[in-house]
Amino acid sequence: MTTIPSPRSLLLAGAFLGVFTFGATGQQASPPAAAPAAAPALPPGSPLIGRPDNEAAQKLAPVAPPPLPTAADKLPAAKLKVPAGFNIEVYASGMANARSLALGDKGTVFVGSRLVGKVYAITSKDGKREVKVLASDLYRPNGVAFRNGTLYIAELSKVSKIEHVEDVLDNPPKPTVIYDNLPKDEAHGWKFIAIGPDNKLYVEVGQPGNVVLHDKDHGQIRRINLDGTGAEVVAYGVRHSVGFDWHPETKQLYFTDNGRDWLSEDVPEDELNRVTKVGEHFGAPYCWQGNIPDSEFGWGKSCSDYTAPVGLMGPHAGVLGMRFYTGSMFPKGLKNAIIVARHGSWNRSKKFGGDVVVVHLDKDGKVKSTEPLITGFLENNSYIGRPVDVMQMKDGSMLVSDDYNGAVYRVSYGKKVAAQ
Amino acid sequence: MPGLVPGIHVFGAVERKTWMARPSPAMTKKMGFPMFRWIASFMLALYAGFAFGAEPIQQRVAPCFDCHGEHGQSETENTPSLGGQNAPYALIQLFMFREKLRTFEPMNDMAQPLTDDDLRTFSDFIATLPKPKPSDEASDAARIQRAQAAATQHRCNNCHKADFSGGENVPRIANQREDYLAKTLTEYKNNTRHGYDGTMADVMAAVTPEQIADLAYYIARVR
Repeated sequence: MTTIPSPRSLLLAGAFLGVFTFGATGQQASPPAAAPAAAPALPPGSPLIGRPDNEAAQKLAPVAPPPLPTAADKLPAAKLKVPAGFNIEVYASGMANARSLALGDKGTVFVGSRLVGKVYAITSKDGKREVKVLASDLYRPNGVAFRNGTLYIAELSKVSKIEHVEDVLDNPPKPTVIYDNLPKDEAHGWKFIAIGPDNKLYVEVGQPGNVVLHDKDHGQIRRINLDGTGAEVVAYGVRHSVGFDWHPETKQLYFTDNGRDWLSEDVPEDELNRVTKVGEHFGAPYCWQGNIPDSEFGWGKSCSDYTAPVGLMGPHAGVLGMRFYTGSMFPKGLKNAIIVARHGSWNRSKKFGGDVVVVHLDKDGKVKSTEPLITGFLENNSYIGRPVDVMQMKDGSMLVSDDYNGAVYRVSYGKKVAAQ
Repeated sequence: MPGLVPGIHVFGAVERKTWMARPSPAMTKKMGFPMFRWIASFMLALYAGFAFGAEPIQQRVAPCFDCHGEHGQSETENTPSLGGQNAPYALIQLFMFREKLRTFEPMNDMAQPLTDDDLRTFSDFIATLPKPKPSDEASDAARIQRAQAAATQHRCNNCHKADFSGGENVPRIANQREDYLAKTLTEYKNNTRHGYDGTMADVMAAVTPEQIADLAYYIARVR
C-alpha cells in the first residue's frame, strides 16, 4: 500500500503551526522553525487526503450517526414523501445504527449495524413487529445475507454464519467463521454481502482510504463458496461499494460505488456499475465516473482502459443499498427497475442525496432515467434520517433502513394493507 | 449526629408533637436541642427536596465524582477529567460502556442499568461541569515544541481544533490528565480500545510511542 503526500496537505499542516500557544508559566512557546522535514503522509484511511486548503472544505467532515435509536413516536416518518399512490410507514424501530437488510424464509428481517456491534432480527406476529438482538459484540457487522436457512454476517475482516437461524432466534449460538482472509483496514472496511444466482457469497473489500494506491487485496468485489472456499475476484477498481444485486433476467451483477472525495463539489458523481465479465476493472483510483482521470493517480492512465459506469448517481451522493424490483405490488413500470438508497453527501457544501430513487434501465441495461421514490430525509441542509439499504418483501412492498434513526420503514403501493 | 437522620423521615410532625406534649422540667432543660433538631431536619429536608426534585442528576452523579473528581477535574490515576466534555462524545462513550463496546469493568457495571434517557441526562450534565485546568508544573519547552510538531504532523487540530476543545462527537482533550491521554492514545494505536468509528485507529498507526508521550505531556498542559 503506497501513499503519496500531496504538497497541498503539507501546506495545510503548516498553516496551523502558528495557532498553538502554550506555556505552563504563562509564556508563549515559539513555534517550531519549520514543519518537520520528514512529515509522513496522512494515514491512508484519513478522510483528509486530498482535502484542499480552504475554509469551505475545512467545514466538511463525515457525519457520525447518533448511538441511540430515535424513539418510535419521534421518527420522521411523517416528513418522508412518496409519490402519489405510495404509502410509507414505520416497520420497526429501536435498532441503533440499522444498516444492511436480509430476509429469512420465514419472514424474519435481519438488520446489520456498522458502529454498535449488533445484528438485529425483526419478527412479525399478527401485524406486530418485535425486535430482538440476534448477535452482539461483533466488530462492524454491516453485512447480512440469507440463503437456505442460514444467516451470513460480514464483520470488518471476517464472514461468519448461523445455521437454521430462524429456529434459534431466542437462543442463537455464536456465529461460526467461514472466511477471514480479509484485510483489517477501518477505512471503507465495513462490508456489504449478498448471495448471487450462482449460489456464491459476494463480498466487497473497499479501497483503504479516499484515494490511495493499494495492494491486490483491496478495491474489489470477491466471491466465495458458501463454505468459505474458492475465493475469486469478480471486479477490480471498486472504491467502496455498499450495495449490489443481480439483474433478474440477464443475471448480471450491478453494484453502486462511491466516488472519491475532495476533487470538487460537483464531480465525480457516484457510480452505478455492471459486471459483464469476471475480472473487469472499474477505474478507481485512476479514473472516476468513467471520464475523469484522477488529479493525482490518473497521470499516465486513460479512462478508456476501464469499464465505464452504466449510470451516474450524483455528486458525493453516498449511493449504498440497491435491489432490483421484481414484485407485483408497485406499478408495472417499476418491474426490473433498481431501487437505490442514497445515504446523502458529507463532502459537499450543499448536501445532495438523502433519498431513495428508482433507476430505470434501457434495453442495453444502462441507466435511462432516475426518479424519486422517497424524499424528505434532508431538511435545511441537514439530515433528519439517512437511508442505507432497501429490500423487497414477499408481498412486493419495500423496506428501507435508516442508520441515523435506527429504524426500518416500509413502502407500499395502492390501498394501504398492513405488513404481515 | 445520628438524631438528624430520623428527623428527615418524619419531617418534624410526629416527633414535634411528642416533644411539645411533654414539657417536663427535664425536657425544658433540653429544649434547645430538639428545637435545633427540628430546624436542622427541616433545612435538610428542604435541601433534599431541592436536590431530588429540581436537580436529581446532582445526586445521581455523586458516585461518578468518587473517581472523576467533583469539579470536572480528576485526581485519580488513569481516570479522565470529565469537565466541559462535549455532550455528544460523552453520550457515545456512555453508550459504548453500556453496550460493552468499550471495556472497563467499573464503567460497564455503572452504565449497565442506564436507560437511553439516562445516558442523555448524564452526558448533558457532564458537559456543564467546569473544564479541567492545565497542570501548573514547570514545563519542558523542547518537549512542548516536539509535541506541537507532532500535533501538526498528524493533524490533530483538524478534528480536535487548534485549542483541543473538539466539538460534537470529537472529545475535548485540552488539559486532560497526562496519564490518561498517553494510555488512551496507546490503546487506540494497538487497537485495544475500539473507537466508535475507525478514525483514531487510522490516525494512530503513524504516531510513534515517543510522540504519544510528548503529545500527552503537551495536551495536558496546553493553555
